[in-house]
Amino acid sequence: MGTITFVEHDGTSHDVDLVDGESLMELATSNGVPGIDGDCGGEAACGTCHVIVDDAWIATTGTRSDEETQMIEMSPECAPNSRLSCQLKARSELDGLRVHLPEFQM
Amino acid sequence: MGTQRVVIVGASHASAQLCVSLRRDGWDGEILLIGDEPSLPYHRPPLSKTFLAGTTTIEDLHIRKPEFYEKEQVAFRHARVTRISREARTVTLDDGEELGYDKLVLCLGARPRPLSIPGMELAGVHYLRDAADITAIRDSLAGASRAVIVGAGYIGLEAAASLRKLGVEVTVLEVAERVLQRVTAPAVSAFYDRVHREEGVDLRLGVGVLALEGEDQVTSVRLTDDDHIAADLVIVGVGVLPNVELAQDAGLAVDNGIVVDAHGRTDDPDIFAAGDCANHYDARYDRRLRLECVSNAVEHAKSVAGAICGKDKPISALPWFWSDQYDLKLQIAGLSTGYDTVVLRGDPAAGRAFACFYFADGRLVAADCVNNAKEFMFSKRAIAEGLSPDRSMLADPGTPLASLLQASTSPTG
Repeated sequence: MGTITFVEHDGTSHDVDLVDGESLMELATSNGVPGIDGDCGGEAACGTCHVIVDDAWIATTGTRSDEETQMIEMSPECAPNSRLSCQLKARSELDGLRVHLPEFQM
Repeated sequence: MGTQRVVIVGASHASAQLCVSLRRDGWDGEILLIGDEPSLPYHRPPLSKTFLAGTTTIEDLHIRKPEFYEKEQVAFRHARVTRISREARTVTLDDGEELGYDKLVLCLGARPRPLSIPGMELAGVHYLRDAADITAIRDSLAGASRAVIVGAGYIGLEAAASLRKLGVEVTVLEVAERVLQRVTAPAVSAFYDRVHREEGVDLRLGVGVLALEGEDQVTSVRLTDDDHIAADLVIVGVGVLPNVELAQDAGLAVDNGIVVDAHGRTDDPDIFAAGDCANHYDARYDRRLRLECVSNAVEHAKSVAGAICGKDKPISALPWFWSDQYDLKLQIAGLSTGYDTVVLRGDPAAGRAFACFYFADGRLVAADCVNNAKEFMFSKRAIAEGLSPDRSMLADPGTPLASLLQASTSPTG
């Protein structure tokens, strides 16, 4: 067990229990975190689970794949640490991870 | 907990989103979700894609895990609703029980359009809509080697791709002169035609089915041109019909779907409809729409939850769709109906990546993007913002898309 924190654009934060092997999108939607829809169910097809990884954590999570870049870079809120949370699998090393949500999902 | 009760009929993508959005918008009363399938709401799009070809279970496809419904205090009941009484504000279940509602949301979905030909009752003949269909198709697949698919729409073509992946011989029959005729431009149809043939599909256009033949098990398909095709598995994908009967019997307005306003409300202020079964007024396209896609179900659900909780959230999101076939990821933004011009970026006649943009009166209204996620996300944004990107620049793959977002002229500014 561990915790992952999702911070909404207005600063509201949501701590959710880390479940090893589940994607951050699944954790967010299972816990009703506002601002992450995950409409396509984790196929990297919809781009509605965009998160921005806290600088302190980007080395641990790793940067985004080319596939994710294609989906995210047209967003006006795309940042260097932007990821699709459906492509980020939770694992014990990510205990304490903080990710920020954009104001709008595309 | 409040004493009022929302009853949601249908366990679907719309209803899963409703549970989330109702709680988020402040609904503190009961939420009762009634589904006529045994499972909690699950992702349907993968059924014809990874699920058909794979070994995953329906639990893997749950939109929200069971714990979510527990935590949000959503009760789930596996039953079929047979009647709505608007006077008593109750729904009647198939076991005769009556349950009261304060607000009722109909997420009734759609069902496969039936094919009325002899032999539909034979073993090995299937529609493809829900988890039970896939389980049955998987059972029929054991020992099957020759499949015939009736209909070259998205469901038929996705099923063809999944079956080819499993090494099954596949024939696809389409009564129209090209695949995807109802939904795409000729260039996109030609692309999918080519790829399916390259992948070994026997694609036959402009031909209908007269009968399915066999003793108990289907063994062949008789065509309108009098040809016969041997088959031990037949999948029929010729469109869907919205499930409107429950609403119709209750006296609600029905016209190609349950008629709702921009907030998902029917002509009864306590009854709403969302998803494939609902026909809403859409401000962007300035007409009534009934769509069959996840994005529409999610958007409807958000609007309905808002309306129930006294928050004004009219249906406004741009619809989008996707289809996976072989190594092709097709992403579609917007609705191409009524387009007058098509712009291609990349060459659909060669290779496996391109984008087709649809324009109406100079404005971008839709895009079909194959293995081009960036073009898709560009289109989502450009269409939502009402932009009119320069067509010759858009057609040049060397033009950076981001520059077209800035340089585009929008009618409002």
